[in-house]
Amino acid sequence: MIEIHNVSKSFGDQTVLRNVSAQFHPGKVNFIIGRSGSGKSVLTKCTVGLLEPDQGHVTYDGRNFTDMDREGRKAVRQEIGMLFQGSALFDSMTVAENVMFPLRMFSDTSEAEMRDRAAFCLERVELTNATDKFPSELSGGMQKRVGIARAIAMNPKYLFCDEPNSGLDPQTAIVIDNLIGDLTREFNMTTVVVSHDMNSVMEASDFIHFVHQGQIAWHGSTSGLLTADHDALREFIFASKIMRELRKTMS
Amino acid sequence: MGLFFHIGRYASFLRSVLRRPEQGAVFRKLLVEEMNAIGLQSLGIVALLSVFMGAVICIQTAHQIGGWIPVYTIGFTVRQTMILEFSPTLIPVILAGKVGSNIASQLGTMRVTEQIDALEIMGVNSAGYLVLPKMIAALTCIPFLVILSMALGIGAGLWVGVSTGVSSAADFEYGMQIDFNAFDVTYALIKTCVFALIISSVSAYHGYFTSGGALEVGRSSTKAVVYAVVIVMVANLLLTQMLLG
Repeated sequence: MIEIHNVSKSFGDQTVLRNVSAQFHPGKVNFIIGRSGSGKSVLTKCTVGLLEPDQGHVTYDGRNFTDMDREGRKAVRQEIGMLFQGSALFDSMTVAENVMFPLRMFSDTSEAEMRDRAAFCLERVELTNATDKFPSELSGGMQKRVGIARAIAMNPKYLFCDEPNSGLDPQTAIVIDNLIGDLTREFNMTTVVVSHDMNSVMEASDFIHFVHQGQIAWHGSTSGLLTADHDALREFIFASKIMRELRKTMS
Repeated sequence: MGLFFHIGRYASFLRSVLRRPEQGAVFRKLLVEEMNAIGLQSLGIVALLSVFMGAVICIQTAHQIGGWIPVYTIGFTVRQTMILEFSPTLIPVILAGKVGSNIASQLGTMRVTEQIDALEIMGVNSAGYLVLPKMIAALTCIPFLVILSMALGIGAGLWVGVSTGVSSAADFEYGMQIDFNAFDVTYALIKTCVFALIISSVSAYHGYFTSGGALEVGRSSTKAVVYAVVIVMVANLLLTQMLLG
């Protein structure tokens, strides 16, 4: 389980996170949702240590990640996989080399074992025919899938996905959502997804944290989302026409 | 942001760069790639410039001496100019443009496309992984390029001097050897090593701390070259005073 305890973060005079506390459960897809600029990306960066919180701390299964030294953090980070918004694949490496990269850096496995593991991960995301291609030769959806394959290469306990569906068509987005959900349950990972895409939220989430003005304004299970009694959340959920139509049908 | 902020961040950046690499085999592979990019791929431009500069210095010196200064001065001047200043200073300045902008734009692009964040999330020391091979490659390859530049420049001077008739081969070779001080070459190589470290680390610093998008990558690349050249020039003055003054 990942726990965030009273995390605050400011940039100059601008306070982005105010005393945020949250829990992300293992074996579940935990969504962080909110409007652009609400602080959800900063919250994720503070959680994985790309930004240092001004106050508060983050624990991974009880281990205080924020206060750890460099070596301690390095050990925890090897248990973290992350899918970036733009996939962040290494341009100079092929798909297979991208997936093998964390293994090459942090394991003593042989070349053959690394290739087997990369083949397994790529098979899991249905990309076995792209192993020797470079990222620039792949579509956006394929790049995301390679990003997922790389993220799960080290058998992570924690998976972070930053806007996994941005720039994808609705059908490919559903493929990615389902893949994240399936992998979370298959490997019992604690998965945290940052998104503002309501289709994705409805498709893949188990638990939701709604970030509004730098605070967790609402949290709960997906089943309670559409009936939540919170003005800002309702405005966010029912901003699109299709969701307003859904609300009409429900009522 | 102030000068002291950059000095502090640069020092902290160098401390990260100089940490022990995570995987020796990966580091060696990257080092070979960087030596190819920084050394081998710069051979052409270094050779071309050195040949033309050596030839031009020969003709200009011949023009200046005008009959009352001994002809062997041509060989002497070509040798001294190439060894003391052209090869160890101007070649690194040119490489600051070619190699420095390449390093800054490569790292800047990796920063804005989150590839550096991806390395950090995996637990890789991104500064060390990306920058240390570049610095070592620059430190080992640029001195070789400078030695090659000296040889080619002096050789081109001799060839042009003889073929245009401004000097005989014997006069040129006599001038080349007269009053030779081996410390001049040592001085040149010390300067070159310092400049190689400045070019690679300053460019990497600007690229690594890029934020924003494509526009900022371009700005970082330009700033990397400008700062590297200015720092090289200041270091040139200081080193010359320290070693020859």
